[in-house]
Amino acid sequence: MAEQKWTTVVKSENKILDVDIKGLKNCKDLIFLFVRRSFVAKYKQTVLGPAWAIIQPFFTTVVYSVFFGNIAGLGASGVPNFIFYLSGTIIWTLFASCLTETSHTFTGNAGILGKVYFPRLVMPISTAISQFIGFFIQFAFMLCFLVFYCVTGAGVKPNLFIALTPLVLIQLALLGMGFGMIVSALTTKYRDLTMIVGFGVTLWSYCSPVAYDMFSRSQLMPGSALYSIYMLNPVTPAINLFRYAFLGSGEVDWLFYTISWVTTIAVAVVGALMFSKSEKTFMDTV
Amino acid sequence: MEELAIKVENVSKEYRLGAIGGATLKGEIQSKIAKLRKKEDPNLKIGEKAHGKNERFLAIDDMSFDVKKGEAIGIIGHNGAGKSTILKLICRVTTPTKGNIYLNGRITSMLEVGTGFHPELTGRENVYLNGAILGMSKAEIDEKFDEIVEFSEVAQFIDTPIKRYSSGMKVKLAFAVASHLDSEIMIMDEVLAVGDVNFQNKCIERMKKVATEEGRTILYVSHNMATVKSLCNRCIVLSKGKVIFEGATEEAIAIYMKNEALDDTTFFDTSKAERHRKCNLRHLLQSLEILNKDRPQFEYGEKFTFRTKWISDNNDEVLKMKLIVNSIDASPVGVVFCGELNHEKGENIAEFTFDTSYLVPGKYTVDVILYDNDEAGNVMFYDRATALRFSIEHSDESVKLKHWFKDWGNAVLPCVEKIRD
Repeated sequence: MAEQKWTTVVKSENKILDVDIKGLKNCKDLIFLFVRRSFVAKYKQTVLGPAWAIIQPFFTTVVYSVFFGNIAGLGASGVPNFIFYLSGTIIWTLFASCLTETSHTFTGNAGILGKVYFPRLVMPISTAISQFIGFFIQFAFMLCFLVFYCVTGAGVKPNLFIALTPLVLIQLALLGMGFGMIVSALTTKYRDLTMIVGFGVTLWSYCSPVAYDMFSRSQLMPGSALYSIYMLNPVTPAINLFRYAFLGSGEVDWLFYTISWVTTIAVAVVGALMFSKSEKTFMDTV
Repeated sequence: MEELAIKVENVSKEYRLGAIGGATLKGEIQSKIAKLRKKEDPNLKIGEKAHGKNERFLAIDDMSFDVKKGEAIGIIGHNGAGKSTILKLICRVTTPTKGNIYLNGRITSMLEVGTGFHPELTGRENVYLNGAILGMSKAEIDEKFDEIVEFSEVAQFIDTPIKRYSSGMKVKLAFAVASHLDSEIMIMDEVLAVGDVNFQNKCIERMKKVATEEGRTILYVSHNMATVKSLCNRCIVLSKGKVIFEGATEEAIAIYMKNEALDDTTFFDTSKAERHRKCNLRHLLQSLEILNKDRPQFEYGEKFTFRTKWISDNNDEVLKMKLIVNSIDASPVGVVFCGELNHEKGENIAEFTFDTSYLVPGKYTVDVILYDNDEAGNVMFYDRATALRFSIEHSDESVKLKHWFKDWGNAVLPCVEKIRD
């Protein structure tokens, strides 16, 4: 009698550390197609198409510049308000969209996830990657203005830290994805969290230096009482590094930047574990 | 020992009743607090009783079965028997509460129409996406793309968004993708219900080919016994989460149809059976009894006599009777007219002989219909009930039916008359 071989075993009991990494490797094409799907589907039947990726941050930036920058006087010191807010908006949008889109993974795709198995981590990963498409369009848009400001000499000083940009982008995507996966794992049972995500992300943006310059606020400057607490927000040091690299505005606190990476990795790992745990039974509760 | 493709070992799947589904954190806390204060749960609907912790539902109850490689196996059972649940477990969409499932090979599942189709994408894009979801690489799909499109019969619309497709077109495309994958195990749940007859037959042929020539394993779930019969060589009958029968398709279907032909009764009481609303019941069928046999089992060609009993509430209406003979899968074989019945107000009986030589060996049920029709063709239904179950066995007479194939049907029509040699 030949020994019976099994390629897959569906077990009733699963270990906590049961993330299907092996299966994930064979899913490059699937990830690519999901990214393509979300991009194509997003701009189908729109006249302006991917131009929407620019229109949104552009108007946000205009509103921020006028109301927060000029009227409320929260703008940047040393660099033009417009480029300051534009850089903050697009980098924040990358993080926020990773978070919100990933948080819908289970509830939004219940139809397909309930019928066929593929490594579930494919979904959040492809969601995060597809956010980069929009980001790079916006990023190119920002670079145009950056060149314009450099030429006109408005105090913008891009520097060698630009080389660290990929690090910042990966960090924010991981962080958004991690939080998104935690939320999606929890929302399979309790839909309340979907409500929180919407305004939670908006509130979070106010706790991060998106709509104002923390280095021109005496309450938030390095050395102030709030500074250490404020910098524990893992998004803040990343935004600071991004702005410092491209605009030369503000400064980078490497201690807090390291801490924010530690937080990011912790969140991403916890997110992946919670996600993998809930993927097994989410069809029963979603 | 033959190689197995799937082994289901003592699998159970448990669902908690009422406790999940649409729950909010707030709702759950409310319920908990109410329970602590021994008050009524505010989230229960009026009249609903609080579910104790032990209110659980076993969708799959300690189920075990094996599926051999290259086998086309049908899973049949009534709604709620656990068919879809066991398929979901095998597809790894959800995990069992107890027990393990062992799989050998890649799985393609088609649990519902157009799995993973995105309405905004074109047919072409969806073929790639769907293929990838089912585990195919882009290169593999490239290779099979033309074949898939040709099979799906939607070549003309392949660059149109799926949302413009009719439901039939979607199924065709979905089936085409799934059936062209290089997976070892194919799982089909009620997929053919939407396609037209031609396409259904095409799919059945394709699946047969896939199973016999390519040696792939097929798990097929359907309520359409005709397709089960023509595709599957073995069936598993499920009932209330348990396997109640495993074996030959014919027998499995008989069991699924709740056909108790072998319970040896020759007296069929129809007085309490449920009636169709079209029947006005002015003449009410009471019973039917086989007279010259003590078991409802006949040799091919044998004649049997039966007696019907009915109650009429008048004696001036014209009353006719006919019998509709159904085969085991509930498809009608033919009709037998019994002519007009003489009757008085009150209880009446009539006796008939039935010639079985027009039926091939097998199991049958008979619906008795009391009716009247006028010359214009208007029909008045008095009563209709399933009143007879019997089986016909092979006999010396039935030599010509020895090699009877199931796709010949169930009726033996009269011989042709030779008029010139």
